[in-house]
Amino acid sequence: MAPQRDNDEPLVTIRDLTFRRDGRVIFDGIDLDIRRGRVTAIMGPSGTGKTTLLRLIGGQLRPERGSIRFAGEEITRAGRGRLYELRKRMGMLFQNGALLTDMNVYDNVAFPLREHTDLPEPMIRDLVLMKLEAVGLRGARRLMPSQLSGGMARRVALARAIALDPDMILYDEPFTGQDPISMGVLVRLIRTLNESLGLTSVLVSHDIAEAASISDYIYLLAGGRVVAQGTADQLYESDSQWAQQFLQGLPDGPVPFHYPAPDYAGDLLAGDEDREAAA
Amino acid sequence: MLDLLQNLGRRGLGVFERLGRASLLLVQILAGLHTLLPRPRLVIQQVFSVGVLSLVIIVVSGTFVGMVLGLQGYNTLVDFGAEESLGVVVALSLVRELGPVVTALLFAGRAGSALTAEIGLMKATEQLSALEMMAVDPVRRVLAPRFVAGFLSMPLLAAIFSAVGVLGGYFVGVGLLGVDEGAYWSQMQDKVDLYDDVYNGVIKSLAFGWVATWIAVFEGHDAVPTSEGVSRATTRTVVYTSLAVLGLDFVLTALMFGD
Repeated sequence: MAPQRDNDEPLVTIRDLTFRRDGRVIFDGIDLDIRRGRVTAIMGPSGTGKTTLLRLIGGQLRPERGSIRFAGEEITRAGRGRLYELRKRMGMLFQNGALLTDMNVYDNVAFPLREHTDLPEPMIRDLVLMKLEAVGLRGARRLMPSQLSGGMARRVALARAIALDPDMILYDEPFTGQDPISMGVLVRLIRTLNESLGLTSVLVSHDIAEAASISDYIYLLAGGRVVAQGTADQLYESDSQWAQQFLQGLPDGPVPFHYPAPDYAGDLLAGDEDREAAA
Repeated sequence: MLDLLQNLGRRGLGVFERLGRASLLLVQILAGLHTLLPRPRLVIQQVFSVGVLSLVIIVVSGTFVGMVLGLQGYNTLVDFGAEESLGVVVALSLVRELGPVVTALLFAGRAGSALTAEIGLMKATEQLSALEMMAVDPVRRVLAPRFVAGFLSMPLLAAIFSAVGVLGGYFVGVGLLGVDEGAYWSQMQDKVDLYDDVYNGVIKSLAFGWVATWIAVFEGHDAVPTSEGVSRATTRTVVYTSLAVLGLDFVLTALMFGD
């Protein structure tokens, strides 16, 4: 990583972000910076709203309070037209690829180019083949999405996400449900694409080893807050109980093993009383 | 009692809320129509899957309905010695009522359900979200072409239904029951009015096409993104479309022929 980038303004700045869904607080005033040229991982237990955070950054959801700035522009107040312009500079990789099922691999990757540019078809062909080559699937361009394995679908979706040469890519749980080989392929792809295309990557994941191995910086979310942050090494050494429980996969800790319940002994005795009462 | 009222109120509000969402979606679709002008291919593709692929069921049903009309019409008319008028009976029944209505009902089952399921599944598999994140408006790219295609296909399908129905009636009436061929056609030509009968039928099927596709597209877009949600949405499309078409048919008939 080029050292002078450290002083650069972050690509995404999130301040005091508060978001509520169905009355439940998902984020409670979080602050977060995504630095340019870096791979930033956002980790946390299931249900902490990691995917929601990506949707907030992409402007698909509006927060209750707080600010999200992308390249200096406020996402939360952007109008529809402006938001669509900004989204052309972001790529998003959905958990299952979200390829358009009525077109083949080639047309899926060509889709954003055809929608947003007036490039002649031969040039689109070159671009599509280049993007597919980058993810190693140039030979699969005539296949339909239903003929792809989960890992291949994600790689095609990745080729589609980089088709317009975005500034940033948002990865939503890219490793979930992958066999070790395709996991390794994806891990390497995310890192090499970030370097070779000069991207900024945001990685939402709970696969600790994989995410930690390619991330420059990690935010750990739990209970609607950022509970720990730093490089992978810093997190492993941190004395935060949250970080230790999450990184070591401990069954009990700040995230309790037991769902909230009344006192155990009292509960058992109460059950007895219930039965007596019933009898 | 209070619970009952509360439930009733909640359901009532729910109905109006959905109606509001459906209207907003329609406005969004209409506002996005101009983006289709430079890209007619998008609409043509949908006319194929909504219209052309419905042709078989329309032609087969139209033939049988026409044959039944021929048989029933003959049996009634022959008592009065008026079997020469069979062509008029068959043609008027088809052009005014059965053509537009039965086509719309078949359309709901064949094309409307498919539209809802397709859009609902696109939502469930995050394809609509992915389009949004690619800065492509799913309402303009996915919903608007389907809406236009349904609206345009319905009158064409209804016309084909009526045409094969008239031939079905001809086959039974003239071919099997011995009605005079010249009378069948000439009476039809004489009594079926282009404005009063044919155009009113076309207006009906345009209205049905509008409503049927609107319901199908809205239910898909509004579906809960799970397999159960999509299946419920598909059912609702068929039920609501059928009810809407039959209700609307009465209103339109009263307005057109009720003087």
